[in-house]
Order: sequence, then C-alpha cells, then structure tokens
Amino acid sequence: MTVFLILTALILLSIAVWQVTKIFELSQSKPVNTQIANHKDNDIQGKLLLAFLIFLYLLTIYSFWAYNDVLLPESASEHGKEYDRLMWITYLIIFFVQIVTQALLHYFSYRFRGNKPEKKASFLAENDRLEFWWTVIPVVVLAGIILYGLYTWTEIMTVEENEDALVVELYAQQFNWKARYAGQDGQLGEANVRFLQDFGGLNLVGIDATDPNGMDDVVVTELHLPVNREVIFKMRSQDVLHSAYMPHFRAQMNTVPGMITEFAYTPTITTSEMRQNPQIISKIEKINKLREARSKDLVASGDFPLDPYEFDFLLLCNKICGASHYNMQMKIIVETAEEFENWLDQQPTFAQTIE
Amino acid sequence: MSQHSHQNNHQEDHHHHHHKETFITKYIFSQDHKMISKQYLITGLFMGIIGIGMSLLFRIQLAWPEKPFWIFKVMLGKWAEDGVMDPNAYLSLITIHGTIMVFFVLTAGLSGTFSNLLIPLQIGARDMASGFLNMVSYWLFFVSSVIMISSLFVEAGPASAGWTIYPPLSALPQAIPGSGMGMTLWLLSMAVFIASSLLAALNYVVTIINLRTKGMSMSRLPLTIWAFFVTAIIGIVSFPVLLSAALLLLMDRSFGTSFFLSDIFIQGEVLHYQGGSPVLYEHLFWFLGHPEVYIVILPALGITSEVIATNSRKPIFGYRAMIASLLAIAFLSTIVWGHHMFISGMNPFLGSVFTFTTLLIAIPSAVKAFNYISTLWKGNLQFNPAMLFSIGLVSTFISGGLTGIILGDSTLDINVHDTYFVVAHFHLVMGISALYGLFAGVYHWFPKMFGRMMNKTLGYVHFWITVVSAYLIFYPMHFIGMAGLPRRYYTNTAFPYFDDLADINVFISIFALIGGLAQLIFLYNFIHSIFYGKRTVQNPWRSNTLEWTAPIKHYHGNWLGKIPHVHRWAYDYSNPQHEQDFVPQDMPLKEEEKDLHH
Repeated sequence: MTVFLILTALILLSIAVWQVTKIFELSQSKPVNTQIANHKDNDIQGKLLLAFLIFLYLLTIYSFWAYNDVLLPESASEHGKEYDRLMWITYLIIFFVQIVTQALLHYFSYRFRGNKPEKKASFLAENDRLEFWWTVIPVVVLAGIILYGLYTWTEIMTVEENEDALVVELYAQQFNWKARYAGQDGQLGEANVRFLQDFGGLNLVGIDATDPNGMDDVVVTELHLPVNREVIFKMRSQDVLHSAYMPHFRAQMNTVPGMITEFAYTPTITTSEMRQNPQIISKIEKINKLREARSKDLVASGDFPLDPYEFDFLLLCNKICGASHYNMQMKIIVETAEEFENWLDQQPTFAQTIE
Repeated sequence: MSQHSHQNNHQEDHHHHHHKETFITKYIFSQDHKMISKQYLITGLFMGIIGIGMSLLFRIQLAWPEKPFWIFKVMLGKWAEDGVMDPNAYLSLITIHGTIMVFFVLTAGLSGTFSNLLIPLQIGARDMASGFLNMVSYWLFFVSSVIMISSLFVEAGPASAGWTIYPPLSALPQAIPGSGMGMTLWLLSMAVFIASSLLAALNYVVTIINLRTKGMSMSRLPLTIWAFFVTAIIGIVSFPVLLSAALLLLMDRSFGTSFFLSDIFIQGEVLHYQGGSPVLYEHLFWFLGHPEVYIVILPALGITSEVIATNSRKPIFGYRAMIASLLAIAFLSTIVWGHHMFISGMNPFLGSVFTFTTLLIAIPSAVKAFNYISTLWKGNLQFNPAMLFSIGLVSTFISGGLTGIILGDSTLDINVHDTYFVVAHFHLVMGISALYGLFAGVYHWFPKMFGRMMNKTLGYVHFWITVVSAYLIFYPMHFIGMAGLPRRYYTNTAFPYFDDLADINVFISIFALIGGLAQLIFLYNFIHSIFYGKRTVQNPWRSNTLEWTAPIKHYHGNWLGKIPHVHRWAYDYSNPQHEQDFVPQDMPLKEEEKDLHH
C-alpha cells in the first residue's frame, strides 16, 4: 500500500512538473517555426556562403596543385604549340572571371544577409551605364578570343596536298585501327568496303585491286610517323562513327563511313625524346608504382602480374562505337626519317600480301 | 490592349460553378493546370530517381572497374553475371541516364511543372488556353515515359548508342545489341515525347499571348513567364527537327532507306546502303540538341530571377536587360548547333561560323549573371532553401558557362572534344544548374502546390550536401578531361597511360554517391511535407506575383471571385513609397507613383 501511495505521488508529481514546464514554455513568447527563414537562418546561411567561396578557392588551388602532373605534357606537334598558347590565354581569362564573379556572388550573399530586423533593401532597379559596360567588356574580350581562335583554326584545318607531306590513311573498324601508307608511288590506291571480302579476307582495308596505285600500298596496325614532316591523315571507317584522337598531338577528327575526313599535323618530338620529358618520366614512375601495388594483389590471388608501363603516343577511339569502344587503340611511334624509311621498307606491300 | 480586356471580361463573366468532379477527372484525367503541374512534377521526380540511380551504378563501375558488386547483380540481372557489369550494360546506362535527365526530368519535369503551375496563376488566367490539350500533353508525356522505361526490359537491352544516338551505331543491331528493339522503343518514346512537348509549348504560347489579365502587359510579366514563353518558342522551332531525324532514322532502320548510311561493312557483310551521311543526322539532331540545353536552362533561370528578387527584397536588376538577353539567347541558340560538330568531318569554314555565333552567346549569358549578382547587392537577403539553390545555380552557371568558352572555340575543342572536360562542362552549366532551378522552384512554390511548407532545416542540409558534392564531382572531372580521358569508356584500364587517373575517379564516384543519396533527404522532405508539412499562410515569401493572391485551397478556375487586375510590375520590392517591403502586382498605384511607374 505504501508503495502504491509513493508511486502515485511520484506520478502525480511528474505530471505536475511536466504541466508547470509546459505552462512556463507557453508563457515564453517563443516564435513558432514557420519554415520561413528568420534572421538567425539568414545569418548562418550567409556566413556559410562566404565559407563556400573559400572552399571553392581552396578546391581550385588544390586541384591545380594535385592534378597538375596528370595533365597532358607539352605538345608533340607543331600546331599544338599554338593550340596550347591559345588554351592558356583562354584559361587565364576564364579563371580571372571565375575568381571575380564567384567572389562577388558569395561575398554579396554574405554582406547583405538579412540578419537584423532593421535591415532594409535598397530600391535599385537598373543602371543603364552598368548594363552597357558589362555588355561591352565581354564583347571586346570575346572578339579577341574569337579572332585569335579563328586564325588558329584556319591554320590548323587548311590541309594542302604537297610533295613533302606524308599521306597516311587511318582506317577504323569495330574495334581496331589500321594505317595505310602510299608506298613508292606516293599515291594511295582507290578503296571501298565492297572489296573487303576479296582475297579471302586479306584485303584488310578494301583496296581496289584494279587500281595500280594500290598495289604498293602498305597496311599496318602500328602507326609510324617521321619527325618534323607534315603528315596528312585521310580517314575512313568501315562500319560506324569513330574518332581518331591523338591527344599528345592536339589532334582529333571523326571517321565517317561513306566519306573521307582529313586532319594534318607535323610531329616535332620523337617517342624516345618524349620518354625523356621530365613530366612524362614522373608520370610513368607514378603509374608504375600503382601497377606494382596492383600486381602484388594479382599475384597473391594467383593471377599474372602487370607489365611495367613504358610511354607511347596514343591513338584512341573517341566516338562511342560499341561494346569494346573503351579498348580501341593504336600505338603511335614517332621516329627519325631514317628509322621511319627503314621500318616502312620492311613492311609487306598490298601486292605481296595478296600473292 | 483592347483585345485583352475583351478576353478578360469574358473570363470574368464566366461564373464559377464547381463541376461535379470524380476521382478520375480530378486526379487522373484532370484538365486543371495545377493538378497537371503536380502530375508533371511527380512523374519527373520518379524519372529523376531512375536517371540519377543509373548514374550511381556507372560511377561505381568507373571507380572500381570490372569488380563484382552485389548491387549490379540485383539491378542489372543478366547484364551483370557474377556481379560484374557488362560493357553493353554500361553503355545502356549512360544512354538512358542522359535521355532521362535531359528530356524527362529537366524538360518535362522542370518546364512542364512550372510552366503549368505558373503561367495561368502569374498572368491571371483561369486556366491554360486549352485545358484538354494540356491534359493530352501530360498523358503523352506519361506514355512516352512508360515506353522509355519498358525499353529497359527488352531482350537485347535498351538503347546504348549514347543519348545522341548517332547512326550508323544506332541504326544497326549488328553494331551494338541495344540498337535492336531497345532503339525502336527509344525512337517511339521520343516521338511521343516530342508530340507532348509541342502540344504543351503551343498551349503555353497561346495562353501567355491571349489570357493575360487586365493590366498585365508584356512589360509587366514576371521573368518566370518570359522564360517559359521564350522556352516554348524555342521548343516549337526545334523539336520538329528532332522528330524528322527520328523518323528518317526509323526509315533507315526499318525500310532500308539510306538517309544516314553509306558504304558499310559489318559482321562479314557489305550492306546495301549508299549515299547517306551520318553528318546529316548530326546536323538534324543538334538543331534540336543545342536549343534543348536552353529549353532546359531558361526555365531554371526564370525561376531563379523570381526567387532571387523575392528573397533579396529588391527589384530584379535590369528587368529589360534580362528580357533582351533572354531573347538574344533564344535567337542565338538556334544558330549554334554546329559547335557539337567541329571535328565531325563538316567543312572547317562552317566551324568558323559556328565558333563565332557560339561565343556570342556568352554575352547575353554574362549579362544575366551580372544582373543576378547586382540584384543581391544592397539587398536584404532571406536565405530560404529556394534562395540558396538559386545562388547555387548562378554559381554553377558561371563555372560551367566559362568552360563553354573553351569548348565553343573550334580550335580548343579539337583536343577536349568528347573527353570528360565536356562531361564536366555540361553537367555544371545545364545539368546541375537546371537541377538547382528545379529544387528552387519546388521549395519556393511547394506552398502554392500543396498548401503546406517544406521543412527548411532539411532543405538546408539537402542544399549544402548537394552543392559541396556537385563541385567535388565536377571540378576534378575537368582535369581528367584535360588529361585526355575520353568519355563513354566502360573502363580506363585498357590504357595504362591513364592509370594515374584512377584515384581521381574513385574520389569523384564517392562524392557522386554522397550527392546522389543526399537527394533522399529532399524526397523525404517532399513526400512528408505533402501530408504533414506545416500549413502555409497566404503569401509565405511576401511575394508580389499574382499566384499568391489565389486561395491556398485549389479551385478549378484559380480565383473564387474576379481575376485580380494588375497595376504594376512584379518587382516592387522595398519600394520607398510603400510601408511594406513588397507591393503585390494587383495593388493600385498611389497618386505619387503614377508618373514614374512601369
């Protein structure tokens, strides 16, 4: 009975305390949560937006510091130097604009946050002079970029056939690349997909066997280029769209079934020279460290280890082309004119292939 | 003006009975723009869950390539035997992710929702010009969503040629399994989608031109309506061209025509196609494809204009300049499509022209950005979640827009074309920005749509996780693009040269997962608030526009009595001649205001 009385007393006491607190709470003029931002929210969010600006700046600095070594090394082609210069000028401009406009956006957000009841906004609707200047300044800057860009574009894309240039056909199919050189006569023979099945499949790029120009053509699966000589690529595809992307040469062009597309550049750095490039050396070291670590895991699980990697210029497919799009590649070797001629002489001609 | 008042008189005379509404006419085959807007939003969010979910799957694959995952097995079934994702499944995922996000979420979900909700309410109309057509356009959108989703379940898999579906890859089932039945359904779904968009856009244009209330001149329209108006016109001009591209592709696929195909040898067989060109398809596709990014972003910018002005308690800076830049963007957007094709084999001279027109777009875009920033200046900023997302939009619109100067320059495009640099660029400038516009719109107009408020604390949490992860995803992505990494690769392990990018890919994927899962906070807040959110007051954001004069409870016909008349522009915030810091558009001018007012 005493236990019951004590329990009842305790319960009643609890209820009394609860009720008193409740009355106390209700008597305080606590603002109801309207789900509309109040001065405190505005204060916190405004400060957070300023912090976000600092976060953006730090992210930019960190990215350039941490990712600098993954970027492409100096261009290995003549026009690439011009390309890189235009790229860096454009970068400087857009980074300047980015830093200034993000600063204004986030700083204004912080500075004019509605954190006090007495704050009032100014009634500023427009200012023609400001509108004029921020129209004219982009016009002038963009005019500069456009003119410079168009000048470079015309330089790069004007492909003129000439005696000194080497003409190479790039031939794309799911999922590999081939290259065709003109041989002694300097003329690529006519070709079409209709001829692909001639000679029991040995006619790899569909050369027209009735065209005498084609007989000494050389078809290979590794692209060799002589240094410091203009190369004119004639590109074909036998099935779907592909894109011949050679990032180290700042070169790319789609290959389109039914038409021949063109791109030309002059390689300026040989493969062996590029392997001595300090940026490439440190990149390859880093890659090989990662591969060693992976190899350890592979060996531990009974697989073969990975080969150490050595730098080579790349030709990648860069237009979605099917299941193995991710592995459609060809090695590019840039070498001296002499090495190139020696290599080419050793390759079988079309006539020899179909004999 | 006379014809307007005539129209309006007619409308006002119209007595407002409550028709007997059954469940079906009220919630399913509704002709009320407010209900249709909710239908668009909920369908769009549903598609968004699928689209974002897909991106999380392929981000897992990109970070940890060719590794088995339980989730792949569950989600992909036979496309992930032993839990390892199949390369074709990867391509399908990126294709459908792109299609769903661009068309189903950011076109129909964003523009469909807010054009429907706001056009009649903000211009002071009882409903769209044709409620019936409006209903039809939603249901066509619904049908096209169903077809698109059903394509995920066909035997050979859904379309997998990239969202741009360039032929011949998209035309030949021999080239990729997804180009069989999956692609047929894709084309069918898009054809229905285009019909839906066109009907909707025509309705928007007609409504805005004809049904504005008395006093709502074009120069008093809120910028949201201007944005929807211009968007609808761009859609009407460009969507039919995509329809023709889809039809011609369908004919190449099914009836043996050669519009886009020529000289093809595949799987040991010479095909009969002669004389077509895939480049023609690219022209047709991008004639819509490029304006499409403006169809996506302009409504988001319109929403931002409204939200920033309201929450800054200041007039939008440069109202006329904002309209002029909208019109300039709309015009330029139709003559820049070739910048997607600089290295397609198109004549380089044409490339020069497109570089010129493309870089011109930076000018009106810059004007808009500067106007937003100036609106904040000397404001009294109210950081509601909608405001935060609008500021986030301006931030990503600038960050993503600036890299457009690189991609729009034909020369610079050569080496970054189709790399991750492009992926980073367009995700920031149109994907993330438009998504922020969608969020801003939902947080801002949720009280109008559902009569309740969304929870602001959850809104803040959602905002901060989303913005921080979005930048952590797409900022580093520019660098792997500059390193030369192509997009649409199932794995990068085939190129040891890219091995040092693996860590960055893991980093990106982790934040993609965090950012993606953070959207669950939004979903929870959205669904929970529909049922249990705090009931709203009449005009929670103290806004000037007409939708806040309509009753909280929805009536078919919007206003119970007469439609309010408009006496001023939408941006009289903190007007010193008034006590309050906002002056609704239907408040008559004071004597002293009359000379100088808009």
